[in-house]
Amino acid sequence: MTGRGEGEGGRADRRWAGRIAQAAVVAAALVPAALIVADLLRDNLGANPIEEITHRTGDWTIRLLLGALAVTPVRRLTGWNGIIRFRRTIGLLAFTYASLHFLTWVVLDQGLFLQGDALGYVLEDVAKRPYITVGFTAFVLLVPLAVTSTRGWVRRLGRRWTSLHRVVYVAAALGSLHYLWLVKGEQLTPVWYALVLVVLLSVRLRPPLTASVRRISPPRRVPLPGSAPPAATPVAAPPPP
Amino acid sequence: MLILRPHDIRPSDITDEALFWNRRQFLGAAAGALAAAAVSPVPFGSRLPAPGSGDDELTPYEDVTTYNNFYEFGLDKTDPSRNAHTLRTRPWTVSIEGEVHKPQTIAIDDIVRRYAAAERVYRLRCVEGWSMVIPWLGFELHRLLADAEPTSHARFVAFTTLHDPVQMPGQKSGVLDWPYVEGLRLDEALHPLTILATGLYGKPLPNQNGAPLRLVVPWKYGFKSIKSIVRIRLTREQPPTTWNVAAANEYGFYSNVNPDVDHPRWSQKRERRIGELLRRPTLPFNGYGEQVAQLYTGMDLRRHY
Repeated sequence: MTGRGEGEGGRADRRWAGRIAQAAVVAAALVPAALIVADLLRDNLGANPIEEITHRTGDWTIRLLLGALAVTPVRRLTGWNGIIRFRRTIGLLAFTYASLHFLTWVVLDQGLFLQGDALGYVLEDVAKRPYITVGFTAFVLLVPLAVTSTRGWVRRLGRRWTSLHRVVYVAAALGSLHYLWLVKGEQLTPVWYALVLVVLLSVRLRPPLTASVRRISPPRRVPLPGSAPPAATPVAAPPPP
Repeated sequence: MLILRPHDIRPSDITDEALFWNRRQFLGAAAGALAAAAVSPVPFGSRLPAPGSGDDELTPYEDVTTYNNFYEFGLDKTDPSRNAHTLRTRPWTVSIEGEVHKPQTIAIDDIVRRYAAAERVYRLRCVEGWSMVIPWLGFELHRLLADAEPTSHARFVAFTTLHDPVQMPGQKSGVLDWPYVEGLRLDEALHPLTILATGLYGKPLPNQNGAPLRLVVPWKYGFKSIKSIVRIRLTREQPPTTWNVAAANEYGFYSNVNPDVDHPRWSQKRERRIGELLRRPTLPFNGYGEQVAQLYTGMDLRRHY
């Protein structure tokens, strides 16, 4: 299918294929959440279920966030422009896990709404514990991005939408820092995530890629929603490895 | 035999003699020999209270043995129970050395034979903010130390875990400096609450819990209670301790449980008892202040965290 000369039916087919692909991405990304629920019901989350839920939702937040940030580099490397339509979906899924992670911490771990003095502990932690401060900030920064992810907001904000959504670089960097700062000892997992993030952010720094991209697909002057111009400097300083 | 009998250890908390001998049989010496069949089984499943607080329930065996920090076998809590089968606990010897008149290397089976174990139900508070209540089988460390006859120069006791990356694959990683080392001031080591454990829940220690011999110091954060000990050395100087070497600002030499001194990265005011939903307040010295606070008279525990 070249898309040339196809009738109404062909366009509808493609729309359906797109929807199915989106649904598949959503379904796949929700499997970890479903597993948490299943394990919870089967009492299969180990001796400290709250900690386990906190860790799993946190892990999937950073993975999906990196996944969303990988969309543009993958698109540039492969020339597969169609991938861009998954970016918002993956980003919203990352936000979903970030919300679950945050709620698990606030309600289940700290006891908000369950224990009278919990709010004080939460506020103290946010103010005094750097890893919580940056994690909380990352979550707060994601909220406006999730809210403005609809077509209506993309239209309303125009060019400012792109600038606003570059905040995701900051959020991802803070999220990565959150993980680096919370572990005990010299643990490698958060370092790997940080390295991936550094790579994903630094490829945005270099314009030379555009040459090859141009060969694959003609440059589009109309910016796609949210696609940062290649020459743009990321707002976020990469975290220390 | 408890030398110290503070009022909050009720007579019912102290293992009665029949159980005491029963355990000895279980663990040791004449175990095979006899009458084991004739003796009524020890009620391990019963809920024994821990000293210092009336409402402590034992943490289930399953949780005690599947939720462990033992980085020699992996970083996740469930890793040690999955991976620690590679540890060979026989033959095993423990060397007692340094500032002692009678340095010695003792086989673990001789330790078990020589120092009859009794049950001690202790709270365990991890520096990460969770806690358990565990019925250990063990004996007072001071008995072992007395037999080695410390010299008058001995002021500290240094402990070392086995160093063998084949048996302990986690030691191939650089997460900590290996082998794991810990230390106590001599008076802390001689305190009757300080025990060497050889079992829990009436059974020999599972590998993931620090078989065949581990320290248990119930008023300090769990990482002080070093596992799988191969060397006990009496020293003149304060020995290095693993977590202190890794992050001195976070883990002090003393590491007494103290709700008033936060870990730099998280609060120590509350803890989650494994099996409970809501956090409970953390007690100074993990609730053993009555017995141990006098060890630290005049010390600024904010400075000596």
